[in-house]
Amino acid sequence: MDTSIIMGALGAGRSHSRLLQAIRTDRGGRILLGVLLVTAVVVPLLNLLVPRSSVLHLSGYSVALLGKYMTYAILAMAVDLIWGYCGILSLGHGAFFALGGYAMGMYLMRQIGTRGVYGNPTLPDFMVFLNWQQLPWFWRGMNHFAIAAAMVLLVPGLLALVFGFLAFRSRVSGVYLSIITQALTYALMLAFFRNNMGFGGNNGFTDFKDILGFNLQQPGTQMALFLCTVLALGGGYLLCRYVIASRAGRVVQAVRDAENRARFLGYRVESYKLWMFVLSAVLAGIAGALYVPQIGIINPGEFSPVNSIEIVIWVAIGGRGTLYGAVIGAVLVNYAKTYFTAALPSFWLYALGALFVVVTLFLPRGVVGLLARWRPRLRRRPPAPAV
Amino acid sequence: MIRGVLSHFSGRSRSVKPPPRTGELLNGNRLDTGPDSSRGVILYLEDITVSFDGFRALNELTLYIEVGELRCIIGPNGAGKTTMMDVITGKTRPDVGSAWFGQTIDLLSLTEPEIAQAGIGRKFQKPTVFEHHTVFENLELAMAGDKSVWRWLHARTSAEELEQIYQVLETIRLTARRDEPAGALSHGQKQWLEIGMLLMQDPQLLLVDEPVAGMTPQETERTAELLTSLAGRRSVIVVEHDMVFVRSIARTVTVLHEGSVLAQGSIDQVQNDPKVIDVYLGV
Repeated sequence: MDTSIIMGALGAGRSHSRLLQAIRTDRGGRILLGVLLVTAVVVPLLNLLVPRSSVLHLSGYSVALLGKYMTYAILAMAVDLIWGYCGILSLGHGAFFALGGYAMGMYLMRQIGTRGVYGNPTLPDFMVFLNWQQLPWFWRGMNHFAIAAAMVLLVPGLLALVFGFLAFRSRVSGVYLSIITQALTYALMLAFFRNNMGFGGNNGFTDFKDILGFNLQQPGTQMALFLCTVLALGGGYLLCRYVIASRAGRVVQAVRDAENRARFLGYRVESYKLWMFVLSAVLAGIAGALYVPQIGIINPGEFSPVNSIEIVIWVAIGGRGTLYGAVIGAVLVNYAKTYFTAALPSFWLYALGALFVVVTLFLPRGVVGLLARWRPRLRRRPPAPAV
Repeated sequence: MIRGVLSHFSGRSRSVKPPPRTGELLNGNRLDTGPDSSRGVILYLEDITVSFDGFRALNELTLYIEVGELRCIIGPNGAGKTTMMDVITGKTRPDVGSAWFGQTIDLLSLTEPEIAQAGIGRKFQKPTVFEHHTVFENLELAMAGDKSVWRWLHARTSAEELEQIYQVLETIRLTARRDEPAGALSHGQKQWLEIGMLLMQDPQLLLVDEPVAGMTPQETERTAELLTSLAGRRSVIVVEHDMVFVRSIARTVTVLHEGSVLAQGSIDQVQNDPKVIDVYLGV
């Protein structure tokens, strides 16, 4: 057995083989990737090939809904990466999601062109309405998809870099960090509500037409966006798993469990936290960018502090510190939300609150922990300690 | 040579501090090459005085540790044992005195991490291991070397590193429990794991604070074997209250009292010293 472990560690000379190794011991991850693969095949079949009259037909609405759940799943995974593995409870991840969404929204607004209400070829409608004569500097170039896509990554990433640098350098952690992240997203919400910020005020962006020249109303475009989201979720999962399985990932978990001890061993704890935070913010930004074209609207409400708290609830319900648990939590809770807000609108917030209390009291490891009770091999390690 | 001789009489004698080699005083240079212990002495503490608000925790303490020695330091509470460790590891700065690691490394000019890097490892009383990581991973985390994020994102454990980890696992007798979470270990095993984590940093000098506190007799015995086996290749300083344990490992015992050396010698010499009996053992 000794030799097999040594050979395994040595033979895996390149990073992809380490990823394979990580996946081999990650049963939940394999199931998740399998489900994603099936989804990527079955959903297009049911939506595009099965005739509308059939019972099996999946409507465009359902596809968009599934796509929305998937973007939330990416967001939840991003939160789990830093909360479950790094012990950083961010209550402001909605901000990174919204910033990614706004970057994509700016591109989509520029694509409307003369088809807007005012027919102005460069200025979006809300700017014409505000009597602006020219495009603000930060809107320049956003009509190019490549630049917009770069902004989707850069804006949340840079904000996280600056914010994280200041917070971690000052050794702000625990509840204090959570509170500052709430303040961050709240401040951004107030800023984006202002008309003269140049982001459409409280209406935000909507009424999008095209993406990369394809009509957003077409089922084919919808499906392509859905498949991109599935791909991003799968790819994001593999990336997170790779990071967690690396030595750096083990250091990060060591920091979570005993920060000072890790510092004493010679690790620069701050930079480990910072890079995880940035990675997580970028993932959240990508999720936001995929969310906006599928849902068709982005407004400052996305920055609302409550949204960010909800993400944490998804992760807690799914099962913290597993990555796939976050995905399960995001999809389950949002499915329930869709159902309840239609069936019993006034009941939803109580249901969410009750769910959170029940999970915290009786299922500290979330749904994944419940599943693992039946399949003891699903989890190899003891649960992560509470923050 | 002179220093080697002096160390035997260090309780009383004053000596000149080792001459710094001016050519090697640059920071980076010194640390890379490790301590120069060519004269047989790894640690020089001379005339060290530390006061806290007028209370002299260390009072002109002079102490030498030889290369490969296993030295036990005993003394009643408040004798300055922990303060001495703090001075060596850079946690506390003395008011007066000098502390040299080998011939060339002036400990008083270095920060805590620099001292750790130079080759002095310290084990605290309360074991702190990463409970959710396996025993193997704990040792891997403690490995010496560059610890930047980007390197560790791609780093793989090389053959030599694996070899080193397995050797340490063997030394601390935890090979069989390699893949278990460290949290599942007994108190004694955690202590050994922590000693193992120190060994991964490959220190020249190990400071061990009360290693057998709370251990079962078998664990104590095993710890004695472990520490004895470490001496020779490394110098080890053990601070301990348990006299049975001290008797089982010590070749030379130093008794501290009120911040300076009261007596030094073999355990029998020390135990029969009337001054020692008076302040410590005779109670």
